[in-house]
Amino acid sequence: MSANATNGIHPWLHRFAVLTAFCTFLLLGLGGLVTSHEAGMSVPDWPNTYGYNMFLFPFSQWVGGIFYEHTHRLLASGVGLMTTILAVWLWFKDSRKWMHWLGVTTFLLVVAQGVLGGLRVTLHLDSLGIVHGTIAQLFFVLTCALALFTSRRWPDLAAKSRPGFRVPSDLRTLVLATTLLIFGQLVLGATMRHQHAGLAIPDFPHAYGRWWPDASPDAVAQYNAKRMAVNGENPITAFQIELQMAHRITALAIFILTALCAWQARRQLGGKDVLAKLAGAWLALVFLQAILGAATVWSNKAADVATTHVLVGALSLMIGSLWCILAFHRSEPMADARLLGAFGAQPALAANK
Amino acid sequence: MLFGFKMNMKIHRLVVLAAALGFGQAAWSADIIGVVTLKGTPPAEKEITPLKEDVNCGAMYKTVPTTHFYVVDAKGDLADVVVSLKGITGKSTGAGAAPAVLDQKGCLYVPQILAIQTGQKLIVKNSDACIHNVHAMPAMAGNPESNQGQMPGGADLTYTYDKPEMFLKYKCDVHPWMFAWVSVFDSPYFCVSDKDGKFVIKNVPPGKYTVEAAHRKLGAQTQEVEIKDTDATVNFTFEVK
Repeated sequence: MSANATNGIHPWLHRFAVLTAFCTFLLLGLGGLVTSHEAGMSVPDWPNTYGYNMFLFPFSQWVGGIFYEHTHRLLASGVGLMTTILAVWLWFKDSRKWMHWLGVTTFLLVVAQGVLGGLRVTLHLDSLGIVHGTIAQLFFVLTCALALFTSRRWPDLAAKSRPGFRVPSDLRTLVLATTLLIFGQLVLGATMRHQHAGLAIPDFPHAYGRWWPDASPDAVAQYNAKRMAVNGENPITAFQIELQMAHRITALAIFILTALCAWQARRQLGGKDVLAKLAGAWLALVFLQAILGAATVWSNKAADVATTHVLVGALSLMIGSLWCILAFHRSEPMADARLLGAFGAQPALAANK
Repeated sequence: MLFGFKMNMKIHRLVVLAAALGFGQAAWSADIIGVVTLKGTPPAEKEITPLKEDVNCGAMYKTVPTTHFYVVDAKGDLADVVVSLKGITGKSTGAGAAPAVLDQKGCLYVPQILAIQTGQKLIVKNSDACIHNVHAMPAMAGNPESNQGQMPGGADLTYTYDKPEMFLKYKCDVHPWMFAWVSVFDSPYFCVSDKDGKFVIKNVPPGKYTVEAAHRKLGAQTQEVEIKDTDATVNFTFEVK
């Protein structure tokens, strides 16, 4: 048995966890393309595909929207299989009991995602599409967390519980609040994308030529009369205009908060601390996300731009979440141990068990 | 003999009375005719670029087809306006009416604007050599949403709706530029304006009515009309602001 294995770390298990997280990220991208191309209902049946077994659907028929939806389903099956393997591997090879149950949770979540995606199609429910898109982001965060917990660096963090290593609680709270706001923004974005109304506001930074758009019934009627949408999107409503304004304002708030997080992390932890560097990278990512949001409007919601916007949003949520996990783990080892004890781990040096 | 003569006379009177009633019935309905026009210049139609770029669909066209949101001729006559008598319910003859047909041809729905009665069959055909899905998206409770695949050369699909609804959307998610709108009425008193903007609502019984003209982008207008024993004329003018 290798030295790492004796410490409860299995390199190949970690590598497989990283691969699963990466494939999940690709799956998010494919799912984003499905919605960006309005192809979510292009395959009317599930789990079959136009009456064929999903894995036997003729390649010649992978046309139009079917291409995106069908490849999404195939990759989802692959990620489901990988998650199952990961959960079983964790159960039998990882000595930490809490990791067993985290693996089971991840497995149950991927099953739920598959069912949700299927029901969205068979029940014709856009609301399930929003839930499916939101849980996809959470699932991605979970796979990345599993990759972190199975890495050889993870046990070191609990051992370094010296005063200067801890992350102040106000900074942790700030990052957690910002991460939760990003999650809320993702839900807003998913809701907007499943309105199937195209761009509710066609310009940026203005909104119909103003800083705050006129959403009166007469104005909305004029917007709809003049809009020539090739894909026959639903008419715009005042609610959708307000939804997009909320999304824009929240984006500004997130940018300000991540800038504050990066500044405070550097100030309180020092520029060389990994969490300070991570907070700096997080700010850069959020800035990129803001540009992508503007580009989505300027490109009239081009599918590749809109999907990249979805993916960078997922990365933003993931970084904030992992930052919080790392910060909490560094700062509250005893509380951490009590929490882990509830899952059957030993209180002392729980991360090494 | 006398009794037989009397019976014949009685039957004769009944026949004459029945004929008079029948003739009177035909004379007691009239048509509502009119023209719909558009004032102002509508936005330019857009080229359906994704259609031309599609491997299967693009091969059917030499030039890029455009959208048809405002079908208006040089004189301003506006087509695709759904004209109907507002508020008439329970008069549907759809069950016995000839089926309406919606075709998928050249990766477009033909016609794009259609009107049927409740209970009337709507047959959807796939005249293309490529796969489509027929996704009907009613907003009215009681009209079921449905989504069915239709292979090239596949069987026609048939739909009926029990509830009146304006502009019920049909779309193909495989080719997202494909859409049609089907308006469903609970009476036979409706029509869609033709390329000359003309419409005729036939055989309207005498009475006072509200005539509504609805365009998918321009909204709806109403006018009051009274039918006596001659055709009535109602014209509508929409304006692009």
